[in-house]
Amino acid sequence: MAEQPIEPIHQFRITNLFDIGTFGGNGTEGSGTHLAFTNSALFMVLTVGLILAFLILGSNRRAIIPGRMQLMAEMTYEFVANMVRDTTGTEGMKFFPLVASLFLFVLVANLFGMFPYFFTVTSHLIVTVMLALIVFLTVVIYGFYKNGPRFLKVFVPSGIPWYIIWIVVPIEVLSFLSRPVSHSLRLWGNVLAGHIVLKVFGGMVVALLAAGAWGVVSILPFGMAVAMTGLEVLVAALQAFVFAVLTCVYLHDAMHPGH
Amino acid sequence: MAQSVILVAQASTTSPAPADAVQNGTVVQEQGAAPAATGEVHATTEHSEAPVGFPPFDASTFASQFLWFAITFAVLYVVMSRVALPQIGSIIDKRKARIDGDLKEAERLKGETDKAISAYEAALSEARKNAHAIAEETRNSIRADIDAKRKAVEDDLSKKVAEAEARIGKTKQDALSRVNEIAADTTAALVHRLTGEANPADVQAAVAQAVKE
Repeated sequence: MAEQPIEPIHQFRITNLFDIGTFGGNGTEGSGTHLAFTNSALFMVLTVGLILAFLILGSNRRAIIPGRMQLMAEMTYEFVANMVRDTTGTEGMKFFPLVASLFLFVLVANLFGMFPYFFTVTSHLIVTVMLALIVFLTVVIYGFYKNGPRFLKVFVPSGIPWYIIWIVVPIEVLSFLSRPVSHSLRLWGNVLAGHIVLKVFGGMVVALLAAGAWGVVSILPFGMAVAMTGLEVLVAALQAFVFAVLTCVYLHDAMHPGH
Repeated sequence: MAQSVILVAQASTTSPAPADAVQNGTVVQEQGAAPAATGEVHATTEHSEAPVGFPPFDASTFASQFLWFAITFAVLYVVMSRVALPQIGSIIDKRKARIDGDLKEAERLKGETDKAISAYEAALSEARKNAHAIAEETRNSIRADIDAKRKAVEDDLSKKVAEAEARIGKTKQDALSRVNEIAADTTAALVHRLTGEANPADVQAAVAQAVKE
Protein backbone atom coordinates (compact mmCIF):
# COMPACT_ATOMS: atom_id res chain seq x y z
CA MET A 1 0.00 0.00 0.00
CA ALA A 2 3.04 2.28 -0.07
CA GLU A 3 2.34 3.31 -3.67
CA GLN A 4 -1.15 4.37 -2.73
CA PRO A 5 -0.78 8.11 -3.54
CA ILE A 6 0.13 7.28 -7.14
CA GLU A 7 -2.68 4.84 -7.56
CA PRO A 8 -4.68 6.29 -10.51
CA ILE A 9 -8.17 6.30 -9.03
CA HIS A 10 -7.20 7.63 -5.64
CA GLN A 11 -7.81 11.15 -6.95
CA PHE A 12 -11.52 10.41 -7.41
CA ARG A 13 -12.12 9.43 -3.81
CA ILE A 14 -14.74 11.36 -1.94
CA THR A 15 -13.80 12.32 1.57
CA ASN A 16 -16.12 13.88 4.10
CA LEU A 17 -15.03 17.30 5.28
CA PHE A 18 -17.78 17.37 7.88
CA ASP A 19 -20.80 15.18 8.47
CA ILE A 20 -24.35 16.33 8.39
CA GLY A 21 -25.87 13.07 9.61
CA THR A 22 -27.66 9.94 8.58
CA PHE A 23 -31.32 10.07 7.70
CA GLY A 24 -33.67 7.13 7.64
CA GLY A 25 -32.44 3.58 7.89
CA ASN A 26 -32.74 1.24 10.85
CA GLY A 27 -29.97 2.73 12.95
CA THR A 28 -27.34 0.15 12.04
CA GLU A 29 -24.16 1.15 10.29
CA GLY A 30 -24.56 1.62 6.55
CA SER A 31 -28.33 1.87 6.47
CA GLY A 32 -30.18 5.05 5.69
CA THR A 33 -28.96 8.01 3.70
CA HIS A 34 -25.74 9.53 4.86
CA LEU A 35 -25.18 13.18 4.09
CA ALA A 36 -21.93 15.06 4.45
CA PHE A 37 -20.11 18.09 3.11
CA THR A 38 -17.49 16.37 0.97
CA ASN A 39 -14.49 17.48 -1.04
CA SER A 40 -16.77 17.19 -4.07
CA ALA A 41 -19.25 19.55 -2.46
CA LEU A 42 -16.43 21.96 -1.62
CA PHE A 43 -15.42 22.13 -5.27
CA MET A 44 -19.03 22.52 -6.39
CA VAL A 45 -19.25 25.53 -4.09
CA LEU A 46 -15.91 26.87 -5.35
CA THR A 47 -17.02 26.36 -8.96
CA VAL A 48 -20.27 28.25 -8.48
CA GLY A 49 -18.51 30.91 -6.42
CA LEU A 50 -15.86 31.47 -9.08
CA ILE A 51 -18.41 31.69 -11.91
CA LEU A 52 -20.61 34.18 -10.08
CA ALA A 53 -17.67 36.25 -8.83
CA PHE A 54 -16.21 36.32 -12.35
CA LEU A 55 -19.46 37.42 -13.97
CA ILE A 56 -20.91 39.71 -11.31
CA LEU A 57 -17.79 41.37 -9.93
CA GLY A 58 -16.27 41.53 -13.41
CA SER A 59 -19.19 43.54 -14.75
CA ASN A 60 -19.94 45.41 -11.55
CA ARG A 61 -18.76 48.78 -12.77
CA ARG A 62 -21.16 48.62 -15.75
CA ALA A 63 -18.67 50.60 -17.79
CA ILE A 64 -19.51 51.54 -21.37
CA ILE A 65 -15.83 51.06 -22.18
CA PRO A 66 -15.10 47.72 -20.48
CA GLY A 67 -12.03 46.88 -18.43
CA ARG A 68 -10.20 43.55 -18.74
CA MET A 69 -12.43 41.55 -16.40
CA GLN A 70 -15.62 43.07 -17.75
CA LEU A 71 -14.50 42.33 -21.30
CA MET A 72 -13.91 38.69 -20.40
CA ALA A 73 -17.30 38.46 -18.67
CA GLU A 74 -18.96 40.06 -21.70
CA MET A 75 -17.13 37.77 -24.12
CA THR A 76 -18.28 34.74 -22.13
CA TYR A 77 -21.83 36.07 -22.17
CA GLU A 78 -21.73 36.77 -25.92
CA PHE A 79 -20.16 33.39 -26.62
CA VAL A 80 -22.93 31.45 -24.88
CA ALA A 81 -25.65 33.81 -26.12
CA ASN A 82 -24.52 33.37 -29.73
CA MET A 83 -24.33 29.62 -29.28
CA VAL A 84 -27.92 29.50 -27.99
CA ARG A 85 -29.20 31.94 -30.61
CA ASP A 86 -27.50 30.18 -33.52
CA THR A 87 -28.69 26.71 -32.50
CA THR A 88 -32.17 27.30 -31.11
CA GLY A 89 -33.15 30.65 -32.59
CA THR A 90 -34.29 33.77 -30.76
CA GLU A 91 -37.14 32.00 -28.96
CA GLY A 92 -34.58 29.65 -27.41
CA MET A 93 -33.08 32.59 -25.51
CA LYS A 94 -35.42 31.77 -22.60
CA PHE A 95 -33.08 28.83 -21.99
CA PHE A 96 -30.00 31.03 -22.13
CA PRO A 97 -29.54 31.14 -18.30
CA LEU A 98 -29.81 27.33 -18.17
CA VAL A 99 -27.30 26.75 -20.97
CA ALA A 100 -24.95 29.38 -19.54
CA SER A 101 -25.17 27.77 -16.08
CA LEU A 102 -24.53 24.28 -17.47
CA PHE A 103 -21.68 25.41 -19.72
CA LEU A 104 -19.89 27.45 -17.08
CA PHE A 105 -20.43 24.85 -14.36
CA VAL A 106 -18.92 22.08 -16.50
CA LEU A 107 -16.16 24.32 -17.84
CA VAL A 108 -15.03 25.65 -14.47
CA ALA A 109 -15.37 22.25 -12.78
CA ASN A 110 -13.28 20.65 -15.55
CA LEU A 111 -10.64 23.37 -15.40
CA PHE A 112 -10.50 23.20 -11.60
CA GLY A 113 -9.73 19.52 -12.07
CA MET A 114 -6.57 20.41 -13.97
CA PHE A 115 -4.96 21.79 -10.81
CA PRO A 116 -2.96 19.22 -8.82
CA TYR A 117 -4.70 18.03 -5.63
CA PHE A 118 -7.97 19.60 -6.76
CA PHE A 119 -11.04 17.42 -6.91
CA THR A 120 -12.79 17.10 -10.26
CA VAL A 121 -16.53 17.36 -9.73
CA THR A 122 -17.36 16.12 -13.24
CA SER A 123 -15.29 12.93 -12.78
CA HIS A 124 -18.25 11.44 -10.92
CA LEU A 125 -20.97 9.82 -12.94
CA ILE A 126 -23.72 10.91 -10.56
CA VAL A 127 -22.93 14.58 -11.26
CA THR A 128 -22.81 14.26 -15.05
CA VAL A 129 -25.97 12.14 -14.98
CA MET A 130 -27.74 14.87 -13.04
CA LEU A 131 -26.48 17.50 -15.47
CA ALA A 132 -27.76 15.42 -18.38
CA LEU A 133 -31.06 14.72 -16.63
CA ILE A 134 -31.65 18.43 -16.09
CA VAL A 135 -31.40 18.84 -19.87
CA PHE A 136 -33.44 15.73 -20.65
CA LEU A 137 -36.26 16.61 -18.25
CA THR A 138 -36.28 20.21 -19.46
CA VAL A 139 -36.61 19.00 -23.05
CA VAL A 140 -39.38 16.51 -22.28
CA ILE A 141 -41.39 18.77 -19.96
CA TYR A 142 -41.04 21.90 -22.07
CA GLY A 143 -41.63 19.89 -25.26
CA PHE A 144 -44.97 18.56 -24.02
CA TYR A 145 -45.88 21.87 -22.37
CA LYS A 146 -45.31 23.87 -25.56
CA ASN A 147 -46.37 21.39 -28.25
CA GLY A 148 -48.72 19.04 -26.41
CA PRO A 149 -49.06 15.68 -28.14
CA ARG A 150 -47.40 17.13 -31.23
CA PHE A 151 -44.11 16.75 -29.34
CA LEU A 152 -44.29 13.04 -30.20
CA LYS A 153 -43.54 14.07 -33.80
CA VAL A 154 -39.92 14.24 -32.62
CA PHE A 155 -39.98 10.46 -33.12
CA VAL A 156 -41.45 10.64 -36.60
CA PRO A 157 -39.15 12.16 -39.22
CA SER A 158 -41.13 13.90 -41.93
CA GLY A 159 -41.11 12.68 -45.52
CA ILE A 160 -40.73 9.01 -44.69
CA PRO A 161 -42.93 6.35 -46.36
CA TRP A 162 -45.43 4.66 -44.00
CA TYR A 163 -43.82 1.24 -44.26
CA ILE A 164 -40.44 2.57 -43.08
CA ILE A 165 -42.01 4.55 -40.24
CA TRP A 166 -42.51 1.31 -38.29
CA ILE A 167 -38.77 0.73 -38.37
CA VAL A 168 -37.69 4.32 -37.87
CA VAL A 169 -39.91 5.22 -34.93
CA PRO A 170 -38.49 2.60 -32.53
CA ILE A 171 -34.99 3.66 -33.53
CA GLU A 172 -35.88 7.30 -32.91
CA VAL A 173 -37.40 6.46 -29.53
CA LEU A 174 -34.32 4.50 -28.58
CA SER A 175 -32.00 7.29 -29.73
CA PHE A 176 -34.05 9.87 -27.85
CA LEU A 177 -33.96 7.84 -24.66
CA SER A 178 -30.25 7.21 -24.97
CA ARG A 179 -29.51 10.92 -25.22
CA PRO A 180 -29.07 11.51 -21.48
CA VAL A 181 -26.89 8.40 -21.31
CA SER A 182 -24.52 9.51 -24.06
CA HIS A 183 -24.74 13.12 -22.89
CA SER A 184 -23.55 12.23 -19.39
CA LEU A 185 -21.18 9.38 -20.25
CA ARG A 186 -19.34 11.43 -22.87
CA LEU A 187 -18.43 14.14 -20.35
CA TRP A 188 -17.72 11.74 -17.51
CA GLY A 189 -15.65 9.35 -19.64
CA ASN A 190 -13.52 12.11 -21.13
CA VAL A 191 -12.76 13.71 -17.80
CA LEU A 192 -12.19 10.43 -15.97
CA ALA A 193 -10.01 8.89 -18.65
CA GLY A 194 -7.90 12.02 -19.00
CA HIS A 195 -7.25 12.21 -15.28
CA ILE A 196 -6.40 8.52 -15.06
CA VAL A 197 -3.99 8.78 -17.98
CA LEU A 198 -2.31 11.80 -16.41
CA LYS A 199 -2.00 9.98 -13.11
CA VAL A 200 -0.61 6.86 -14.79
CA PHE A 201 2.11 8.81 -16.56
CA GLY A 202 2.88 10.76 -13.39
CA GLY A 203 3.06 7.48 -11.47
CA MET A 204 5.44 6.04 -14.06
CA VAL A 205 7.78 9.02 -13.56
CA VAL A 206 7.84 8.41 -9.81
CA ALA A 207 8.26 4.66 -10.18
CA LEU A 208 11.12 4.99 -12.66
CA LEU A 209 12.89 7.63 -10.56
CA ALA A 210 12.71 5.25 -7.63
CA ALA A 211 14.28 2.50 -9.74
CA GLY A 212 17.83 3.89 -9.70
CA ALA A 213 19.48 3.97 -13.15
CA TRP A 214 16.10 3.57 -14.84
CA GLY A 215 15.37 7.11 -13.66
CA VAL A 216 16.89 8.38 -16.91
CA VAL A 217 14.00 6.86 -18.84
CA SER A 218 11.51 8.77 -16.70
CA ILE A 219 11.91 11.72 -19.05
CA LEU A 220 9.64 9.89 -21.52
CA PRO A 221 6.54 9.55 -19.32
CA PHE A 222 7.29 13.00 -17.96
CA GLY A 223 7.13 14.44 -21.49
CA MET A 224 3.92 12.51 -22.08
CA ALA A 225 2.45 13.86 -18.86
CA VAL A 226 3.27 17.43 -19.95
CA ALA A 227 1.74 16.86 -23.39
CA MET A 228 -1.31 15.15 -21.90
CA THR A 229 -1.82 18.07 -19.52
CA GLY A 230 -2.07 20.40 -22.49
CA LEU A 231 -4.46 18.02 -24.22
CA GLU A 232 -6.57 17.64 -21.08
CA VAL A 233 -6.98 21.41 -20.74
CA LEU A 234 -8.26 21.37 -24.31
CA VAL A 235 -10.53 18.42 -23.57
CA ALA A 236 -11.84 20.15 -20.43
CA ALA A 237 -12.91 23.21 -22.45
CA LEU A 238 -14.06 21.19 -25.46
CA GLN A 239 -16.25 18.83 -23.44
CA ALA A 240 -17.92 21.78 -21.72
CA PHE A 241 -18.57 23.27 -25.15
CA VAL A 242 -19.85 19.97 -26.55
CA PHE A 243 -22.14 19.54 -23.54
CA ALA A 244 -23.58 23.02 -24.04
CA VAL A 245 -24.00 22.64 -27.82
CA LEU A 246 -25.78 19.30 -27.40
CA THR A 247 -28.01 20.92 -24.79
CA CYS A 248 -28.93 23.58 -27.36
CA VAL A 249 -29.58 20.94 -30.02
CA TYR A 250 -31.86 18.98 -27.69
CA LEU A 251 -33.69 22.16 -26.67
CA HIS A 252 -34.17 22.93 -30.34
CA ASP A 253 -35.98 19.59 -30.67
CA ALA A 254 -38.21 20.52 -27.76
CA MET A 255 -39.28 23.70 -29.56
CA HIS A 256 -39.48 22.30 -33.09
CA PRO A 257 -40.32 18.60 -32.76
CA GLY A 258 -41.15 18.15 -36.46
CA HIS A 259 -37.47 17.79 -37.48
CA MET B 1 -16.07 9.99 13.46
CA ALA B 2 -13.86 9.23 10.50
CA GLN B 3 -14.11 5.53 11.09
CA SER B 4 -17.87 5.51 11.15
CA VAL B 5 -17.78 7.22 7.76
CA ILE B 6 -15.45 4.58 6.43
CA LEU B 7 -17.71 1.93 7.79
CA VAL B 8 -20.68 3.42 6.03
CA ALA B 9 -18.71 3.62 2.82
CA GLN B 10 -17.48 0.07 3.12
CA ALA B 11 -20.74 -1.42 4.16
CA SER B 12 -22.78 0.13 1.40
CA THR B 13 -20.35 -0.55 -1.43
CA THR B 14 -21.14 -3.53 -3.56
CA SER B 15 -17.72 -4.37 -4.89
CA PRO B 16 -15.67 -5.84 -1.98
CA ALA B 17 -15.57 -9.62 -1.85
CA PRO B 18 -17.55 -11.21 0.98
CA ALA B 19 -14.34 -12.49 2.56
CA ASP B 20 -13.05 -8.94 2.63
CA ALA B 21 -16.19 -7.75 4.35
CA VAL B 22 -15.89 -10.37 6.98
CA GLN B 23 -12.32 -9.38 7.55
CA ASN B 24 -13.34 -5.72 7.86
CA GLY B 25 -15.91 -6.68 10.44
CA THR B 26 -13.32 -8.58 12.44
CA VAL B 27 -10.86 -5.78 12.32
CA VAL B 28 -13.38 -3.30 13.56
CA GLN B 29 -14.57 -5.61 16.27
CA GLU B 30 -11.04 -6.20 17.42
CA GLN B 31 -10.34 -2.51 17.35
CA GLY B 32 -13.46 -1.80 19.35
CA ALA B 33 -12.46 -4.39 21.89
CA ALA B 34 -8.82 -3.36 22.18
CA PRO B 35 -8.20 0.16 20.84
CA ALA B 36 -4.73 0.21 22.43
CA ALA B 37 -3.44 -2.58 20.19
CA THR B 38 -1.16 -0.55 17.91
CA GLY B 39 -0.77 -3.21 15.29
CA GLU B 40 -4.49 -3.50 14.82
CA VAL B 41 -4.94 0.29 14.68
CA HIS B 42 -2.22 0.55 12.10
CA ALA B 43 -3.85 -2.11 10.00
CA THR B 44 -7.20 -0.37 10.24
CA THR B 45 -5.71 2.98 9.27
CA GLU B 46 -4.01 1.48 6.27
CA HIS B 47 -7.15 -0.22 5.23
CA SER B 48 -9.21 2.92 5.63
CA GLU B 49 -7.12 4.66 2.95
CA ALA B 50 -7.53 1.80 0.53
CA PRO B 51 -9.94 2.57 -2.29
CA VAL B 52 -13.43 1.38 -1.66
CA GLY B 53 -14.11 -0.03 -5.08
CA PHE B 54 -14.21 2.45 -7.93
CA PRO B 55 -15.05 5.86 -6.36
CA PRO B 56 -17.50 7.07 -9.07
CA PHE B 57 -19.55 3.87 -8.51
CA ASP B 58 -19.56 4.19 -4.72
CA ALA B 59 -23.28 4.63 -4.11
CA SER B 60 -22.79 5.77 -0.53
CA THR B 61 -21.49 9.11 -1.82
CA PHE B 62 -24.39 9.67 -4.21
CA ALA B 63 -26.74 11.25 -1.69
CA SER B 64 -24.21 13.87 -0.62
CA GLN B 65 -23.21 14.64 -4.18
CA PHE B 66 -26.86 14.84 -5.21
CA LEU B 67 -27.66 17.17 -2.34
CA TRP B 68 -24.76 19.53 -2.89
CA PHE B 69 -25.09 19.48 -6.65
CA ALA B 70 -28.76 20.38 -6.34
CA ILE B 71 -27.99 23.20 -3.90
CA THR B 72 -25.03 24.67 -5.78
CA PHE B 73 -26.59 24.35 -9.22
CA ALA B 74 -29.86 25.86 -8.03
CA VAL B 75 -27.94 28.78 -6.54
CA LEU B 76 -25.93 29.11 -9.76
CA TYR B 77 -29.04 29.05 -11.96
CA VAL B 78 -31.00 31.51 -9.84
CA VAL B 79 -28.16 34.01 -9.48
CA MET B 80 -27.23 33.65 -13.15
CA SER B 81 -30.77 34.25 -14.39
CA ARG B 82 -31.65 36.95 -11.85
CA VAL B 83 -28.40 38.90 -11.40
CA ALA B 84 -25.36 37.99 -13.45
CA LEU B 85 -26.76 37.60 -16.96
CA PRO B 86 -29.23 40.54 -16.80
CA GLN B 87 -26.41 42.72 -15.50
CA ILE B 88 -24.07 41.87 -18.36
CA GLY B 89 -26.94 41.90 -20.85
CA SER B 90 -27.98 45.38 -19.76
CA ILE B 91 -24.42 46.64 -20.19
CA ILE B 92 -24.24 45.23 -23.70
CA ASP B 93 -27.69 46.59 -24.60
CA LYS B 94 -26.81 49.98 -23.18
CA ARG B 95 -23.59 50.09 -25.20
CA LYS B 96 -25.43 49.00 -28.34
CA ALA B 97 -28.09 51.68 -27.81
CA ARG B 98 -25.37 54.25 -27.20
CA ILE B 99 -23.50 53.30 -30.39
CA ASP B 100 -26.70 53.29 -32.45
CA GLY B 101 -27.65 56.67 -30.98
CA ASP B 102 -24.22 58.07 -31.72
CA LEU B 103 -24.35 56.77 -35.29
CA LYS B 104 -27.79 58.31 -35.80
CA GLU B 105 -26.56 61.59 -34.31
CA ALA B 106 -23.54 61.49 -36.61
CA GLU B 107 -25.85 60.85 -39.58
CA ARG B 108 -28.00 63.80 -38.55
CA LEU B 109 -24.99 66.07 -38.10
CA LYS B 110 -23.62 64.97 -41.47
CA GLY B 111 -26.97 65.90 -43.06
CA GLU B 112 -26.84 69.26 -41.34
CA THR B 113 -23.28 69.80 -42.52
CA ASP B 114 -24.25 68.97 -46.09
CA LYS B 115 -27.15 71.38 -45.87
CA ALA B 116 -24.89 74.08 -44.46
CA ILE B 117 -22.33 73.48 -47.21
CA SER B 118 -24.94 73.74 -49.97
CA ALA B 119 -26.39 76.88 -48.34
CA TYR B 120 -22.92 78.36 -48.13
CA GLU B 121 -22.23 77.56 -51.78
CA ALA B 122 -25.53 79.11 -52.83
CA ALA B 123 -24.72 82.22 -50.81
CA LEU B 124 -21.25 82.32 -52.31
CA SER B 125 -22.49 82.17 -55.90
CA GLU B 126 -25.15 84.77 -55.06
CA ALA B 127 -22.50 87.05 -53.60
CA ARG B 128 -20.30 86.50 -56.62
CA LYS B 129 -23.18 87.45 -58.90
CA ASN B 130 -23.89 90.51 -56.76
CA ALA B 131 -20.24 91.48 -56.84
CA HIS B 132 -20.25 91.25 -60.63
CA ALA B 133 -23.34 93.39 -60.83
CA ILE B 134 -21.94 95.97 -58.45
CA ALA B 135 -18.64 96.11 -60.32
CA GLU B 136 -20.45 96.51 -63.63
CA GLU B 137 -22.66 99.23 -62.23
CA THR B 138 -19.75 101.07 -60.67
CA ARG B 139 -17.77 100.81 -63.87
CA ASN B 140 -20.69 102.19 -65.86
CA SER B 141 -21.32 105.03 -63.47
CA ILE B 142 -17.63 105.97 -63.42
CA ARG B 143 -17.51 105.85 -67.21
CA ALA B 144 -20.59 108.05 -67.43
CA ASP B 145 -19.10 110.46 -64.95
CA ILE B 146 -15.83 110.60 -66.85
CA ASP B 147 -17.63 111.12 -70.10
CA ALA B 148 -19.71 113.92 -68.67
CA LYS B 149 -16.71 115.65 -67.21
CA ARG B 150 -14.71 115.27 -70.39
CA LYS B 151 -17.57 116.66 -72.40
CA ALA B 152 -17.85 119.64 -70.06
CA VAL B 153 -14.13 120.29 -70.27
CA GLU B 154 -14.16 119.96 -74.05
CA ASP B 155 -17.13 122.28 -74.35
CA ASP B 156 -15.44 124.80 -72.11
CA LEU B 157 -12.23 124.54 -74.09
CA SER B 158 -13.91 124.92 -77.45
CA LYS B 159 -15.85 127.87 -76.14
CA LYS B 160 -12.64 129.49 -74.95
CA VAL B 161 -10.95 128.74 -78.27
CA ALA B 162 -13.82 130.39 -80.09
CA GLU B 163 -13.64 133.41 -77.82
CA ALA B 164 -9.90 133.67 -78.32
CA GLU B 165 -10.31 133.32 -82.07
CA ALA B 166 -12.93 136.09 -82.04
CA ARG B 167 -10.66 138.29 -79.99
CA ILE B 168 -7.74 137.68 -82.36
CA GLY B 169 -9.93 138.50 -85.38
CA LYS B 170 -11.08 141.69 -83.78
CA THR B 171 -7.54 142.72 -82.90
CA LYS B 172 -6.50 141.93 -86.45
CA GLN B 173 -9.37 144.00 -87.74
CA ASP B 174 -8.37 146.86 -85.43
CA ALA B 175 -4.78 146.61 -86.55
CA LEU B 176 -5.78 146.60 -90.20
CA SER B 177 -8.10 149.61 -89.76
CA ARG B 178 -5.27 151.52 -88.17
CA VAL B 179 -2.86 150.80 -91.08
CA ASN B 180 -4.51 153.48 -93.31
CA GLU B 181 -4.35 156.03 -90.53
CA ILE B 182 -0.67 155.25 -89.83
CA ALA B 183 0.07 155.36 -93.55
CA ALA B 184 -1.69 158.73 -93.88
CA ASP B 185 0.17 160.14 -90.89
CA THR B 186 3.49 158.84 -92.17
CA THR B 187 2.75 160.18 -95.64
CA ALA B 188 1.69 163.61 -94.25
CA ALA B 189 4.88 163.81 -92.23
CA LEU B 190 6.97 162.87 -95.30
CA VAL B 191 5.13 165.36 -97.51
CA HIS B 192 5.46 168.11 -94.93
CA ARG B 193 9.19 167.59 -94.66
CA LEU B 194 9.64 167.51 -98.40
CA THR B 195 7.32 170.27 -99.36
CA GLY B 196 6.91 172.30 -96.25
CA GLU B 197 3.19 172.00 -96.40
CA ALA B 198 0.60 169.28 -96.50
CA ASN B 199 -3.09 169.18 -96.62
CA PRO B 200 -4.30 166.34 -94.40
CA ALA B 201 -7.41 165.74 -96.47
CA ASP B 202 -5.48 165.41 -99.70
CA VAL B 203 -2.99 163.10 -98.08
CA GLN B 204 -5.74 160.90 -96.76
CA ALA B 205 -7.42 160.72 -100.13
CA ALA B 206 -4.14 159.91 -101.83
CA VAL B 207 -3.35 157.17 -99.31
CA ALA B 208 -6.80 155.67 -99.64
CA GLN B 209 -6.34 155.58 -103.40
CA ALA B 210 -2.88 154.02 -103.06
CA VAL B 211 -4.18 151.36 -100.69
CA LYS B 212 -6.95 150.66 -103.12
CA GLU B 213 -4.49 150.17 -105.90
